[in-house]
Amino acid sequence: MSTADTPQTWDEFMEGVWRQNPVFVMVLGMCPTLAVTVSAINAISMGLATLFVLVCSCGLVSLMRRFTPKEVRIAVYIVIIATFVTAVDYAIQAISLALYEALGAFIQLIVVNCIILGRAEAHAAKNAPMPAMINAAGMGVGFTIGLLALGVVREILGAGTLFGVALFGAGFQPWVIMVLPPGGFFVLGAWLLLFSWWARRRPLKEAAQNV
Amino acid sequence: MNEPSSTEKKLIPISVVALDIALPESPTGAMIRTLGLVSAICGLIIVGAYQGTYDAVAANKRIAAERAVFRVLPKAKTIAEFFAQPGGGIAKVGAGDTAIPPGAVKFFAAYDDAGKLAGIAAEGVGKGYADNVRIMFGYQPDCQCVVGIGVVAMRETPGIGDKIITDKDFLANFTALDLRLKADLSMLANEVKAVKHGSKTAAWQIDAIAGATITSRAVGKAINDSAQALLPRLLPHLEKLKTS
Amino acid sequence: MSAPIEIRSAPHVQSAKTVETIMRHVVYSLLPICAFYVFQYGVSALASIVVVTGACLLTERFFVGTGTQAGRLPDYSAVITGLLLALTLPPGFPLWMGAVAGIVAIALGKALFGGIGFNVFNPALVGRAFVQAAFPTAIATYTPSFLPGRFAEFIPSTHAVPLMIPADAALWLKAKSLDALAGATPLAKWKFDGVLANADELLTSLSGHMAVGPSPLLILLCGAYLASRRFMDWRIPLAVLGSAALTAWLLYAFDATRYPNPFFMLFSGGLILGAVYMATDMATSPVTPKGMWVYGALIGLLTVVIRYYSGLPEGVMYAILIANAASPLIEKITQPVPFGRGVLDRVKKRATYPLNPGYISREEANAVTPKKRFLPNKPKK
Repeated sequence: MSTADTPQTWDEFMEGVWRQNPVFVMVLGMCPTLAVTVSAINAISMGLATLFVLVCSCGLVSLMRRFTPKEVRIAVYIVIIATFVTAVDYAIQAISLALYEALGAFIQLIVVNCIILGRAEAHAAKNAPMPAMINAAGMGVGFTIGLLALGVVREILGAGTLFGVALFGAGFQPWVIMVLPPGGFFVLGAWLLLFSWWARRRPLKEAAQNV
Repeated sequence: MNEPSSTEKKLIPISVVALDIALPESPTGAMIRTLGLVSAICGLIIVGAYQGTYDAVAANKRIAAERAVFRVLPKAKTIAEFFAQPGGGIAKVGAGDTAIPPGAVKFFAAYDDAGKLAGIAAEGVGKGYADNVRIMFGYQPDCQCVVGIGVVAMRETPGIGDKIITDKDFLANFTALDLRLKADLSMLANEVKAVKHGSKTAAWQIDAIAGATITSRAVGKAINDSAQALLPRLLPHLEKLKTS
Repeated sequence: MSAPIEIRSAPHVQSAKTVETIMRHVVYSLLPICAFYVFQYGVSALASIVVVTGACLLTERFFVGTGTQAGRLPDYSAVITGLLLALTLPPGFPLWMGAVAGIVAIALGKALFGGIGFNVFNPALVGRAFVQAAFPTAIATYTPSFLPGRFAEFIPSTHAVPLMIPADAALWLKAKSLDALAGATPLAKWKFDGVLANADELLTSLSGHMAVGPSPLLILLCGAYLASRRFMDWRIPLAVLGSAALTAWLLYAFDATRYPNPFFMLFSGGLILGAVYMATDMATSPVTPKGMWVYGALIGLLTVVIRYYSGLPEGVMYAILIANAASPLIEKITQPVPFGRGVLDRVKKRATYPLNPGYISREEANAVTPKKRFLPNKPKK
């Protein structure tokens, strides 16, 4: 790849991480976002699993894009995605059973995560493998950041720990609500509020400077 | 041209129809080709992943089972997995070609350093406040009682229901919870039951946690159901398990 | 030259009763209840009331400052929220948790919906529901009332370090050799131990050291004052208490050994406080008279059902929150029929009534509806 391409590639990558962040901007994939972000470890594992599936399946979809008839494209995407999800499923079982139990059905449910199918249909099916995978990686990283943002807050308040390390000592009073489903909604809402406030603030400031 | 001749009228539609058929190539062949290729690639990937992780997954599962058993039977050093057949009798899991028949109850026999039976561990399920509470309990054949419990999986309210793994008074119930059978070994002599906090009177009762009665009851029911199903089949064959 | 004519949309007749007046009188009527509550539990209750109300006011000030809110700070509504919230929490509730409750009550219960008048749920109850789910142990820890030395000493759980587990109130009672006194609320005692409290103790709690909330009799008196000054609609409390009493009485008649008497149901827990002060919140209850009856009856029924059949001893909070959610629907189905229209012919759905252009004033025709924005001062290009 030439050096002239680099900024564009970087842009492509940052598209998913920031401007089109799947959690904060597109609000996609809410099912795992709300369900598994009880702790930072869970969140980051889920994010990485999704990232892997996203990059691999987008790469394969993009490779096959020339000879995939449009009548069967969704079937092809789903088979490809399901394959990599199965591989991830085995891999997580091999790494840690405790993690596997904590993530539960949500590993298998990556198959129906609309971020992945959306990327395959909207981007990978129309682009060469390299840009497709970079775009997918950006989305995956963005998703991981989103999950981590929720997981960190919920773990700190809900258990007083971060990545399993106690932050406040023995006497910490856990906020039980944070590890229950309502806590997921509250924290997600708070992040969305913060994110949209920040995203709107910047153009306003720029406009103010121009005046 | 206001009035086209009759021949022209007929000719135009025919040629259009012929064009229509000829233009799009039928995608059936392409579809089969693509799907076949995708299935082949995906099959390869899945088989590869399965083979690559098989040993690690099996080892993990064994370690998890051992850890759960060792927690409820502290003296245990090694374990072996068995199942009690529906008609009575026991068999080792994975020994020979014996498939586990439906209705069989799985359990673990645990042995100490010297290879002597340290106790038996079995799983039980009871309906809790939020979801099923799955517990593992350690059974001591000498005293015919439960000597320890551990939770395999639960989704009880943190801070209330999950006291069943932290509350010392509650866990004290399971140092010698009576599981004696009737003289004819057909069923438990006394049903294991969780009773209201502070009203425990007999060795087969569980003193529930105040405020977490439903979860406590689930533990009682889990032990009771599992013991009712397992012990009458197991006890007549206890000799088989005595040494590893 | 004619004088400029001011053109305004309805309402054209204004009453002297402003939101502020009403709210101020509600605050006045709450003061005796708070005073008695402090008399019951001493300095801890006072600290709790001050901190919770302070948290509510500060949060309100912050959100009013962003310019996204209807209402102003001096309309007293945040004070009411704070006082009511403090009265529903146990007296020894850790102050930092009380502050969390206050912040959540205003931020989540009111500010996110757009301020006073726009909230769907009673803010005080939103705050309480949050801390109930977050700190289930602390919110169930009551201490006996009328303890000796309550004005000189805090309940130890009150001054817990923020984010830390509060000190065990039971140990403290034991150290003072007061552990024979009841630490559980009458409802919890009935639910978990099957012990019924006496009627006179429930009403005033003057004789014993029972762990009860603010006195029900006093609340009824203050409520009567509000209702007589027409600051509050008398229908809602009456409907709540009536339907709760009826449901409890039916069940009591059905099986007197299993269910407690209706009197106990009415005067234990927070039913009276909820019926008089929380169910009547103007923004979250229906405005039609028929709707008020339905709404109140729903709260009473749900309260008794939750108390009997759920895992929780108290159900007033959830009953009111559920009824709050139902109140737009209740309002819709209890719309009064316009005069001259039969009961049977309903207003057509989506009917449009053409407006004579002559009725539209010039100002209104050019008027631009201001858009609600999150940020106040959008610079113009």
